[in-house]
Amino acid sequence: MNALKPLFTGRAFVIAVPLVFLLLFFLFPFFIVGKISVSEMDNVVFKDVLTYTDGVLSLALRFNNYIFITEDALYFKTYLASVKYAAATTVLCLLIGYPFAYFMARAKPTQQPALLMLVMLPFWTSFLLRVYAWRGLLTEGGWVADTLIALGLDQLLYSLGLISTPGKLMHTPFSLVLGMTYSYLPFMILPLFGNLAKMDLRLLEAAADLGATPWTAFWKITVPLSKAGIIAGSMLVFIPCVGEFVIPELLGGPETLMIGRVLWDEFFSNNDWPMASSVAVVMVLLIIVPLAIFNKYQAEAQERAR
Amino acid sequence: MMRGTSVSFNKWFGRSWLGLGYFFLYVPIVALVIYSFNDSPIPNQWRGFTLKWYAALAKDQEMLAGLWLSLKIAFMTACGSVVLGTFAAFALVKYKRFFGRTVFSGMVNAPLVMPEVVVGLSLLLMLVSVQRALGFPERGLFTIWLGHLLLGMAYAAVIIQSRLQDMNPQLEEAAMDLGAKPHQVFWLVTLPLIAQSLLSAWLLTFTISLDDVVLSAFLSGPGSTTMPLVIFSRARLGLNPSVNAVATLIIVVVAIGVVLASYGIARTERKRQREMADATRH
Repeated sequence: MNALKPLFTGRAFVIAVPLVFLLLFFLFPFFIVGKISVSEMDNVVFKDVLTYTDGVLSLALRFNNYIFITEDALYFKTYLASVKYAAATTVLCLLIGYPFAYFMARAKPTQQPALLMLVMLPFWTSFLLRVYAWRGLLTEGGWVADTLIALGLDQLLYSLGLISTPGKLMHTPFSLVLGMTYSYLPFMILPLFGNLAKMDLRLLEAAADLGATPWTAFWKITVPLSKAGIIAGSMLVFIPCVGEFVIPELLGGPETLMIGRVLWDEFFSNNDWPMASSVAVVMVLLIIVPLAIFNKYQAEAQERAR
Repeated sequence: MMRGTSVSFNKWFGRSWLGLGYFFLYVPIVALVIYSFNDSPIPNQWRGFTLKWYAALAKDQEMLAGLWLSLKIAFMTACGSVVLGTFAAFALVKYKRFFGRTVFSGMVNAPLVMPEVVVGLSLLLMLVSVQRALGFPERGLFTIWLGHLLLGMAYAAVIIQSRLQDMNPQLEEAAMDLGAKPHQVFWLVTLPLIAQSLLSAWLLTFTISLDDVVLSAFLSGPGSTTMPLVIFSRARLGLNPSVNAVATLIIVVVAIGVVLASYGIARTERKRQREMADATRH
């Protein structure tokens, strides 16, 4: 009994420290945001929802912000555009990242650490600076802009509606999605690689022995087995992209409004904290389902690893 | 014959795909570095070699003050994240069942994907409410640190967790059987075994903190402008050679640091495995 006691307190301590930290600084702040989103602005500060003056307790809940968000077409369009760009980024990351992770996982085991390291290295160097680098590459005179224009690909992008004037690549949906795909590609590759590297290759041999072509074996065995990696990678790309701020600000333009920028402007330019809070609440509602899927797969992956 | 050609085609295709992928990942970085030596105020039009942007950087008070603040915050964040991340990873790996475990693991993982604007806004609004009630904390180094800690802890927990899962639990059990107390088991057995994951987590959270714009923007106060905020405000206005010069310095430092650290980790790992093999042979 005595031997168990320090073990128990040690256990409680180990759980309590991170739990209290997260409750206090992660979960609790969301309730504050919820509260402020239904309060009114009083000159420069927001009013308390509950006030107690002259012995009267009054509760003032204002849903104006939410009504405004649902009625104003601009907000609706912006939410829709955010989801659209995030989805396009996720699909592009998957199309580039899946074969990439697949070939990495099938490379010689001695080469794999180096290949992995080369994916991680850009991930370690500043995200902000790599986004900024695209600005240099895509403005007139930049390497990528010159190459694309010389190849006539700007005409193709124009006919696809991704840029509004041929020859001008910056501040367009094209530059935005390119920047997001570039920045989030390692987040897709890493979980996929982790998943594909662990696959039992004997399954493919068995499939080949039973007469399956490599292509059939790939679609019927490799892809279904890597489902967890696909989902984890897609959520790691999609969810943060919906609320992305830095990339739309540096690479996007007036036509590529995204919700992260709207929230930022409400907060920093308009100083409208309740409105910024309402935008944040609606954003969280938008990503809550993907977030739940992500957590479920993350937890399952951790269970399986044991 | 058919099979032979398709195998070599696969090999060729795989290599080109990887090559193009790495090309895509590295082009912007190479461009940043090259144009930092460009003798032209417009960074993407080459006019000749110069080091003047580096010389200008040495006198750039705004950037230097930002760098100093960022380094302090990054150091504190890395240390705090590793401690909190270790606790969180332990709780999730060692204790399979406790009240609120699902919510707990959700909260540990959520900052990895939660848009930073939401995390930054909510943390700021809470801190403002606390400040109104209690008079502290002032916005600045401390509040930025709290925000970065939230993000860093999530990354640290993921890294340490995967190491703890790979660890052979029999080593800890053996120590217990030999009469070690739980805290002795932790300090003498577990910690040395997870030490390299702690180092990776420390380095990663350091760089994440050094790079963060959004959380810092929400949580900084007057006079506490971190380096990424300085860079961001310049980058917003257009291309700026000083940003290229800073970028090159950061890339060089990080590349050297990461290569050295992974070399060291690989070496200690080999040594450890050799020792383990020796120990089990006897």
